[in-house]
Amino acid sequence: MVKEEQEESSNRPDNTAFTQQRLPAWQPILSASIVIPMFLLIGAAFIGVGVALFITSRDIQLQELDYTGDDSEHPCFKCRTNTEKCTCSMTFSIPTLFKGPVFFYYGLTNYFQNQRKYGASKDDNQLYGDLDYFTNPSTDCDPYTRDSKNMPIVPCGALANSMFNDSFSLSHTVNGVQKIVPLDGKGIAWWTDYNIKYRNPTLNSVFFSGTKKPTNWPKPIYELDTTDVYNNGFINQDFLVWMRRAALPDFRKLYRRITHDDYADGLPAGNYTLTIAYNYPVHSFNGKKKVVLSNVSWMGGKNDFLGIAYIVVGSMCVVMSVVMLIVYARFKFAEDV
Amino acid sequence: MTVLTDIPEKWLPVVLPIKKKKKAGFGGGKSKKKRTEEERRVKANDREHNEKFQYANNCIVTSKYNILTFLPVNLFEQFQEVANTYFLFLLILQLIPQISSLSWFTTIVPLALVLSITAVKDATDDYFRHKSDNQVNNRQSQVLIRGSLQNEKWMNVKVGDIIKLENNQFVAADLLLLSSTEPHGLCYIETAELDGETNMKVRQSVSVTAELGDPNNLASFDGEVVCEPPNNKLDRFCGTLYWREKKYPLTNQNMLLRGCVLRNTEACYGLVIFAGPDTKLMQNSGRTKFKRTSIDRLMNTLVLWIFGFLVCMGVILAVGNAVWEREVGSLFQSYLPWDPPVDNFMFSAFLSFWSYIIILNTVVPISLYVSVEVIRLGHSYFINWDRQMFCSRCNTAAESRTTTLNEELGQVEYIFSDKTGTLTQNIMTFNKCSINGQTYGEVTDPLGKQPKRLDFTPFNPLANPDFCFYDEKLLESVKVGDLHTHEFFRLLSLCHTVMSEEKSEGELVYKAQSPDEGALVTAARNFGFVFRSRTPGTITTTEMGRTVTYSLLAILDFNNIRKRMSVIVRNPEGRICLYCKGADTVLLERLHPCNQELMSITSDHLNEYGADGLRTLALAYRELSEDEWEAWSESHRCADKATDCREDRLAAAYDKIEQDMKLLGATAIEDKLQEGVPETIALLSLANIKIWVLTGDKQETAVNIGYSCKMLTDDMTEVFIIGGHTVQSVRQELRSARERMMELSRGKTEGMEAWAEACFMGNGMKDGQEGDCTTGRGSKQLHCSSLPPSASGDMDSISGEFALIISGHSLAHALEADMEAEFVSTACACKAVICCRVTPLQKAQVVELIKKHKKAVTLAIGDGANDVSMIKSAHIGVGISGQEGIQAVLASDYSFAQFRFLQRLLLVHGRWSYLRMCRFLCYFFYKNFAFTMVHFWFGFFCGFSAQDVPDHRSLEYPKLYEPGQLNLLFNKKEFFICITQGIYTSVVLFFVPYAVLSDATQSNGVPLADYQTFAVTTATALVIVVSVQIALDTGFWTVFNHMFVWGSVGSYFTIMFALHSQTLFRIFPNQFRFIGSAQNTLLQPVVWLTIALATAVCVVPVLAFRFLKLDLKPQLSDTVRHTQLVRQKRRKPGGRSIGGAWRGTGSVSEGRLGARGGSRRSGYAFSHQEGFGELITSGKNMRLSSLALANFASKHSSSWIETLRRKKTNHTPPSTSGECSPAPSNVSGTCPALSNSSSVLGGSQETPIEEETDAAVVLSSSSHPAASEPAEPRAPAQVAPADSSTSAAARTDSPGGWARSLETVQEALFGRRGCASASNTQVPPCDATETPPH
Repeated sequence: MVKEEQEESSNRPDNTAFTQQRLPAWQPILSASIVIPMFLLIGAAFIGVGVALFITSRDIQLQELDYTGDDSEHPCFKCRTNTEKCTCSMTFSIPTLFKGPVFFYYGLTNYFQNQRKYGASKDDNQLYGDLDYFTNPSTDCDPYTRDSKNMPIVPCGALANSMFNDSFSLSHTVNGVQKIVPLDGKGIAWWTDYNIKYRNPTLNSVFFSGTKKPTNWPKPIYELDTTDVYNNGFINQDFLVWMRRAALPDFRKLYRRITHDDYADGLPAGNYTLTIAYNYPVHSFNGKKKVVLSNVSWMGGKNDFLGIAYIVVGSMCVVMSVVMLIVYARFKFAEDV
Repeated sequence: MTVLTDIPEKWLPVVLPIKKKKKAGFGGGKSKKKRTEEERRVKANDREHNEKFQYANNCIVTSKYNILTFLPVNLFEQFQEVANTYFLFLLILQLIPQISSLSWFTTIVPLALVLSITAVKDATDDYFRHKSDNQVNNRQSQVLIRGSLQNEKWMNVKVGDIIKLENNQFVAADLLLLSSTEPHGLCYIETAELDGETNMKVRQSVSVTAELGDPNNLASFDGEVVCEPPNNKLDRFCGTLYWREKKYPLTNQNMLLRGCVLRNTEACYGLVIFAGPDTKLMQNSGRTKFKRTSIDRLMNTLVLWIFGFLVCMGVILAVGNAVWEREVGSLFQSYLPWDPPVDNFMFSAFLSFWSYIIILNTVVPISLYVSVEVIRLGHSYFINWDRQMFCSRCNTAAESRTTTLNEELGQVEYIFSDKTGTLTQNIMTFNKCSINGQTYGEVTDPLGKQPKRLDFTPFNPLANPDFCFYDEKLLESVKVGDLHTHEFFRLLSLCHTVMSEEKSEGELVYKAQSPDEGALVTAARNFGFVFRSRTPGTITTTEMGRTVTYSLLAILDFNNIRKRMSVIVRNPEGRICLYCKGADTVLLERLHPCNQELMSITSDHLNEYGADGLRTLALAYRELSEDEWEAWSESHRCADKATDCREDRLAAAYDKIEQDMKLLGATAIEDKLQEGVPETIALLSLANIKIWVLTGDKQETAVNIGYSCKMLTDDMTEVFIIGGHTVQSVRQELRSARERMMELSRGKTEGMEAWAEACFMGNGMKDGQEGDCTTGRGSKQLHCSSLPPSASGDMDSISGEFALIISGHSLAHALEADMEAEFVSTACACKAVICCRVTPLQKAQVVELIKKHKKAVTLAIGDGANDVSMIKSAHIGVGISGQEGIQAVLASDYSFAQFRFLQRLLLVHGRWSYLRMCRFLCYFFYKNFAFTMVHFWFGFFCGFSAQDVPDHRSLEYPKLYEPGQLNLLFNKKEFFICITQGIYTSVVLFFVPYAVLSDATQSNGVPLADYQTFAVTTATALVIVVSVQIALDTGFWTVFNHMFVWGSVGSYFTIMFALHSQTLFRIFPNQFRFIGSAQNTLLQPVVWLTIALATAVCVVPVLAFRFLKLDLKPQLSDTVRHTQLVRQKRRKPGGRSIGGAWRGTGSVSEGRLGARGGSRRSGYAFSHQEGFGELITSGKNMRLSSLALANFASKHSSSWIETLRRKKTNHTPPSTSGECSPAPSNVSGTCPALSNSSSVLGGSQETPIEEETDAAVVLSSSSHPAASEPAEPRAPAQVAPADSSTSAAARTDSPGGWARSLETVQEALFGRRGCASASNTQVPPCDATETPPH
């Protein structure tokens, strides 16, 4: 027999575990002894994490200031429809120490940065500093590719054109005297955006000749921050922050950080004045503008949802495991008998 | 026979007017002729003349394309597929810039890939068709051109040529036989390729041409044949030969059809009448169609539905867009004015509709089609690799010749099987006999000692060494000189129409007209009564070593009505004796009354043999006095000379003398089945697969095989035979059959058991074939309701077992349009259907009929050219390989060497493929819905602007990994559940990140709600959820699963980081704008917490649901399993009627006791044909030389042998002919094993029963303790529930479990068989019959 086996011709298929579909296999079975403890375990873990998250989140302080000025009582009401330069101030108080580092956000609502056309309306090559696209921007930017005189716009597109241009200053009233809280605008954009994705052409203004600034802009891109070469042009931090468009129509973007020595530990309790250079119109589309001050924990900003969700899911797992245990006892045990 | 009397009127040299083709030729579009041929006129040896008519030449084209037509035709075919057109449409959409939301190359690359892969596959297939065409077309044949024989390729043979055929050659075209080397222009052909019949047939040339003889005379032959146009009727030919001012009628008897093989004839000459596509063989071959599976069709439907769904979503979102643009967007124009062509919100909505169609097209991604193909390819390889489908005897492995049909193997409902060569080996063996009330051949040694094969050589030097017999008692009886035994074998050696050839002393070769006869004469030979030679008037035998010459006074030939044949011989002592063999039914009536007692004993034996599926024959003799003989001889001569009613008068004369005979005994011949056929059929019918046998053979043969395969059993409620010759009678027969069924089942339904059975029939079916997939099926049942009211609804509820046997001519009527519904309803209510005497085309028509009326998946299996059309038209065609002809294999989708492999192909591979495919599809749709619906939800937050959330590029990957998940099992019923689950997942995947991230910031204060972070988070969560899901779905974790699942998650991250890397961005800033997102995002703990949360929310309910469903409430999740349990409980008390169905396999003992009514199957050499007796007595088929030698025949001189040898030098040695054909030469050439164990019905009943019992024990121990007390007869019945319940159980637990348990079943049932077949390889066939050790 053995001999015959060896002399077998080549037509016989190989006898391997794979070809004969006999591979050793692990067969997970959803048995009660695995599933129920597993559910309990998951439940416990989730509740634990959830509680931790919730507590962390509750410790985070958040100060929101709506300055749209829809309300006629509001100090910014006058600026709402004003086309001229307009400044308004709001005062608010912080009851306890606002632990640092404190982040300063501006927020917009009902603003569709995620609209497809809007989001696509930019030219990444141009923003990467490719001079070919300065003279000849991508048609993605339409209708902000060229101005009425057919001059190419740099940076082109609706996204850049609609850059947020309100500016803020924050002052702390110390003993009746307004003390400016220094705001730090460095490093608020993504590292990759600042260092890789956006590049300035080497010789700034020369190459911008023959191009036009975006129509809504008061000044060209290379004058965004004339004081700091590393914060000018395409790599201007505010520009970068704006260009990283939000996924949802209600969003906030980082404006500044409060890192100055005096405020390194946070904003002390007291009264503060927020002065707003009100430029950006949101009235037409029923948008709202706000300023948010917040600090963060290891898990980021204030986020009650996550903790609650974890606790809920965890509890559901536990409940489920109990239900399963009951069902199992009722049916399985009976059947065994 | 009809002579065309009106031909002279048509005698005009016309090129027939070009008409519209009224009926399409059966040869498909192959025929190049544009006009309808009304008659064909062919002039011999005159190519110029014949060319005028532009008859098709002998070149055959089965290929579809040539180099030029390939591209357009193939593309056209491919774009007929819904999916391809859909993607083309998408591609066009994407080229419009205002709409395009994805770049166009995301579609064109995969589309081009799919198209080119399919094209390459088609091209390869067609290449092989070209090759086989070439091979056939380039066969050599000898053509008589200008008086000399020249070798020509087949394809160059023209109509009107005269070609020479030699022995064992295939006939190249449809020929008119002109002359042959045999006397009287006779020649013998085997038509197995055409109709599956393997007995030899005689063809005779018209006498005037028979005299032509040699090539020189033939070269000057200039007759003209006028005949009917090409048609597909194999048994009809009508024509006239005009030669030398005379006309001669031509019939089918003068024709040699393409596909036949010339046998026992040195050479012959024929005139080509029909060539190539016009030949009857080609006219009978069905069209080649592109086969697609029902899953394909379902997939196409689903794609359409999904497309509808897509349009709905598109509309919803477009409406949303319109509203948004009006309410918000118009206000938002200071930041984003409408594009120049967009001037109002309606238009914007219109554009966004199309954009969404593009974005959401991922519900049906093109990769679905690629993946499906890859999975199928994998399955095909598994089929090819399966060792359990390897036949070691013929060294052939199973081959999956198409890769597109695998999952349909799991859905087969009807099997259409050929008989000869598929179910049977076409080998007849003398198996048992009953002599004078004593039965021989049944070795029932209670100690289970191995029966020894008898060695005849010491006793009889002339014995055929291949003959196997096991019962020593018979040999003893011969040796001691028992008179009855001697007379018995003397009869067998004298009463037949076999011709013998003796090449050298003792080397006898019998040329039997039917294999049955060959077997009988061979048996007599081995037991010492050797038939040596015959002349028209004598028969020479060697009886116990002594040469005896009988003078042959008369042969009372066989015919279908008489069902017997007799010879009247005078022995050397001058005693006249009539020997008769025939069907017991007719023979027992003609016995002398004093035989009463013996008759009843023999009758019992016949019953036993019949129950074992053997072909029985009763033998009797009568001594005649000289006066009796003289008197009868006179009346016979008188009848013979009569001009009117000769047949009847002859029959009456025969009848007169075949009276008052003495019974000698009975023989039992086994038409050897292929290995494991009854078991396979039993198992397949357990899976509720209906098996129909379609055979060209005679009704008796077919029915007999039906019994021996256990398709028909004695326990069947009723077997209906439809044999009407007119439309009316067939209709009447069908009606009454149906009424009878209703009547019987009504009576039965009253019993509880019947109800249980019906319950089983209902549920078992679904289980057996396709799990709980019933949605598609439910509607099918309704289909029958278009039938007459009496036949409709009730026909489905018929209980009881019925069988239907229908013959070819009745079938022709039954297949007519107005009767087919009736036929289908009747036939489908029967458990077994046997169609006999069917033509190849009818086979295909039957298959088409079932396809049309039942919407069921059909499988056709066959081995010969006559099965090709059926194989082509069935959903799945299976060819039996490893044998001579390969046409069937070439036309088939799967091929293997043994019928029994069918069970593995269907029940293992088919089922796996089907379930895996379904599970894959479900998962795929789930995944895509989860993926796509995220866009949908996002639509509500981005102003319905067709913005897509996740980076789709990074998600291309998960779509590609599923093909590797070969162990996925699921079914299509849950398609919608899957989609729902997919939508749920998408909701979770969108809203959890939405809720979390909208306010979240990074730990460095940067908000997380930017678009890219959101996208990466969602995408990662999606991949992880989907991977966890696949992990849950995988029940069978092999190395590959680990590799693919982990690998795919790993590669997702790898690819994502790569795509978000600086390097790629630097090269294409515009394409890879997600730079840095991955790093930035995935470093955030919040993101991971979000992903974990989303995963938990998605998976936990699924997990809980499955746990509850699978472990605790099997009756909810798996009704089948439940019904199996119920049925088992129900069966225990009663179960009479159910047991009957399966009893078949091992039930010899019970069958004997049980109702044994009138279904004894007796018959006389079934494949026998009338007319040979006359040939012999007239001496026509004997050579002149042998006639001349007749005088010396009494003592065979060496010179005579010399003559014989000289005559036979041209012949191929018998061994070759034995090998290359299953023809009668087999009977003498290689006598097959007389096996006890190789088939259940073969011999002793001990072995099979034990096998079955073992199987049942193994099974029940693995499944259900209730099944472990198998009553012997019901052993197979126990197998049934055990099988199904294990599979059901395993399906619920884990798919892999199913595989395991099925393997157990397989092993249990066939492991032994496997052993048996394995041992067959090592030892010569006769030793293979050793039963497995106990």
